Amino acid sequence: MTDELDALKAALKAIPAPDPDAKDAALRLAMENFDRLQGSTDATRLSQDRPNAAGFLNGVRRMLKTMTTRPALAATTSVAALCIGLFVAWPQLQQSWQPPLVKPKVATQAITPPAPPAQGPALAGKDDAKALGQGETAVATNTATPVTPTVPQADQPATTIATVPNPVHSNTVAPAKTPAPDTTATEQDATSLDKLAEAPATGLAAKQAPIFEKPTLAPKTSAGLAYSEPQPAPPAAALRGFAANQTASLQNAPTVAGTVAPADQGLADQSVLQPQPNTEAFSTAVPNPVHVTAEEPVSTFSVDVDTASYSVIRSSLNAGQLPPPEAVRIEEMVNYFPYNYPAPEAGGAPFTDTVTVMPTPWNPNTSLVHIALQGRMPATQDRKPLNLVFLIDTSGSMEDANKLPLLKQSFALMLPKLRPEDQIAIVAYAGNAGEVLAPTSATNRRAILGAINNLEAGGSTAGAEGLALAYQVAGQMPHDGRISRVILATDGDFNVGIDNPDDLKTFVAKEREGGTYLSVLGFGRGNLDDATMQALAQNGNGTASYIDTLAEAQKVLVDQLTGALFPIADDVKIQVEWNPAQVAEYRLIGYETRALKREDFNNDKVDAGEIGAGLQVTALYEVTAPGSPALLNDPLRYGTHTETTGSNELGFLRLRYKDPGQSVSKLIETPILPHGEASDDARFAAAIAGFGQLLQHSTYLGNWGWDQAIALATSARGPDQFGYRIEAVNLMRLAQSLSAP
Amino acid sequence: MLMETDDDTLARAAASGDRAAFGLLLARHYDRVLGLAFRLTGSRAEAQDLTQDICAALPAKLAQWRGEARFTTWLYRVTVNATHDLRRRQSTRSRAALGWGDWELARQDEIATQAATLDWLTEAMQRLSPELRDTVALVLGEELTQAAAGEVLGVSEGTVAWRMSEVKKRLRAMAAEDAK
Repeated sequence: MTDELDALKAALKAIPAPDPDAKDAALRLAMENFDRLQGSTDATRLSQDRPNAAGFLNGVRRMLKTMTTRPALAATTSVAALCIGLFVAWPQLQQSWQPPLVKPKVATQAITPPAPPAQGPALAGKDDAKALGQGETAVATNTATPVTPTVPQADQPATTIATVPNPVHSNTVAPAKTPAPDTTATEQDATSLDKLAEAPATGLAAKQAPIFEKPTLAPKTSAGLAYSEPQPAPPAAALRGFAANQTASLQNAPTVAGTVAPADQGLADQSVLQPQPNTEAFSTAVPNPVHVTAEEPVSTFSVDVDTASYSVIRSSLNAGQLPPPEAVRIEEMVNYFPYNYPAPEAGGAPFTDTVTVMPTPWNPNTSLVHIALQGRMPATQDRKPLNLVFLIDTSGSMEDANKLPLLKQSFALMLPKLRPEDQIAIVAYAGNAGEVLAPTSATNRRAILGAINNLEAGGSTAGAEGLALAYQVAGQMPHDGRISRVILATDGDFNVGIDNPDDLKTFVAKEREGGTYLSVLGFGRGNLDDATMQALAQNGNGTASYIDTLAEAQKVLVDQLTGALFPIADDVKIQVEWNPAQVAEYRLIGYETRALKREDFNNDKVDAGEIGAGLQVTALYEVTAPGSPALLNDPLRYGTHTETTGSNELGFLRLRYKDPGQSVSKLIETPILPHGEASDDARFAAAIAGFGQLLQHSTYLGNWGWDQAIALATSARGPDQFGYRIEAVNLMRLAQSLSAP
Repeated sequence: MLMETDDDTLARAAASGDRAAFGLLLARHYDRVLGLAFRLTGSRAEAQDLTQDICAALPAKLAQWRGEARFTTWLYRVTVNATHDLRRRQSTRSRAALGWGDWELARQDEIATQAATLDWLTEAMQRLSPELRDTVALVLGEELTQAAAGEVLGVSEGTVAWRMSEVKKRLRAMAAEDAK
């Protein structure tokens, strides 16, 4: 079993031997930086033989050199300028001796000329500040032009003034940063003074010299040099500082032409060689093609009340990325929104169907057939008690804030909606495995919340028969006409004891026969196994929802709790037979993963989706009349002759469903008539279908784009009590900006 | 041969300005840093650059080493973080590179063909997520215990254990795929 690991380990052990040159260079660079930072503990060799204090001129020079602060320079320069001004003006003053009038004039004259010199030092001061702020980066950039090694020398006179403070900087900062004893600090201060006494160029040249030897190192050096962290920070911050330095080095790099460019190229290459791994798997299905009615008059599919795809799209868009086209399932987007379809009458079928034919927003030559199912909302007081078993993934990947913590919050939201006779049990898999909470009445909120809050992500996958245990717990709970449901909360790591996905589906399907449903709540991105989630929920007669925010938890677990947990019709299948006289071509929008074979419609053994209490299901067909310019397929020359029956029906809608727990299906039949006023609900559903097709880069939309989709959705907003529709409009706007070329 | 001074003592000395200690420490650990950088990046050139960057920044960083963790653990952490940073920059670059038109497309194609010829190790590592790659490099490559690897990565030991089992699972899936 560990063969793979062994192979990987062996492969990892074979690392290339370090390149001695590179190692040398790196070590030397490190030592340079070390010295620069610490202030070398080796005393600098003196540049003169005489003692420092010897000689009058030395003393004066030192005094002048130390007096390089801005005010001092400004003051001395002003004094000098004043003297010169007086000297120039004095003869004139003597010639025209009119003290009361001239004196102020002299004063101005005397002061104005010095302005440029006074600015001179000020500028130098600014340069100083720059040199201080940027650290030695400026120097490094100079040295990084190996093509013209004479340039720094030419610059030398200019830079000397600017670089004078450098020794001051490094020497005064270093002791403050290092936890060195005070004595060292004073020693270093002393050396810094000594250094100041010397020509600053010497120190600079000494520092620059090694860099000149290795011009290729220059860009790296700038990284190493830009280390002026302001204060001793905790390690984490330090590492971040390191990151910032590295970025700085990269930003500097392009300015240093030549040697760096190839390295850049290499970096870019590498970045593409290592694509961001993503283990998300989506139920991929090619969008439904256009069918020719004469060839395939019947279209069959199962209803789908999942909403996971819309949440996934929303989380992608909010993260600033267009969702991958395979993540888009249009029926789940359309069914995400609550619609106000006509409710079924009491005592009749558990749901009603409403069919509307309206013009297609994106194609004036076709029509859109909008099929709406509205499930009955049973009186909440009469609902059967629930047995809920939460199967919670606590593997290490669940530790993110938008996974286990969000699940805990969602759980707390849901609890008040439950009733005393409802029973809750919690089973965790991976990490702290096993039954976390024995079946408990929903009123015992303290015990339930305590158990859920004690769950911790982390720990290896225990490989426990998590799912089997969950079903076993569900089996132990009282069965007097209760609805049992296992709710799997996971980020996609289905390591629940049964490895093979097909076995897993079979297992879930078997338990479904036993009357226990399975719903899946998806959390987090990056590892989301959307395909398995779909498969599990479909086989378990449940819904797959993806919870990315607390607001979504509110919608799924609070607002639609009854719908999500109480099935009113099982195995709901839809079959439409199109009338070739009225419809030459048709296309089902969405429901790719829910397609059924024509013969499966009447086969009660074949599983299909369920409708929860009060939920709506919407399906959209785009149909083209015979002779319409929008036809995509030419009629066959030797094809079958289409009989004109004279009926104006577009087609015939058949619905099959089972009452929950029954094994024999019932049939509802409705003709599709070319009439109907398009309600806001129908138009909004069409806008969302357009949104989905835009995300799929569908070829059926022609010139219809984001602007039209947004306009349609906005105009069809309706009351939009909870803001779901306006959220969709905003997502469309976001997607429009993101897909702008 | 003289008795070897342990890393932590050397590091403390280096942090307070002992040049010789710093030199010794660096010479002792250069290969280790390079090895880990190679295992993390999968590219020799990149590992070398990364190691040089780390070396260059080490004096400044060492001043902030407080000895809470062992020096080697700390050094591993510095390396892993530098790699993360590199990856972040790369992903920014590859995002920025999107949509450069035909020239870029042709270049990407070329890269894709190159990628097809990569050997098993690179492929295996590339199929793992960055977190898993880090964990593998530390646990299998550097032979750290799961606890030590957790300390370097700043996650719990359990998480490391989970990640290793995840790696196993993925490798098995890869093997199954290759067998097809």
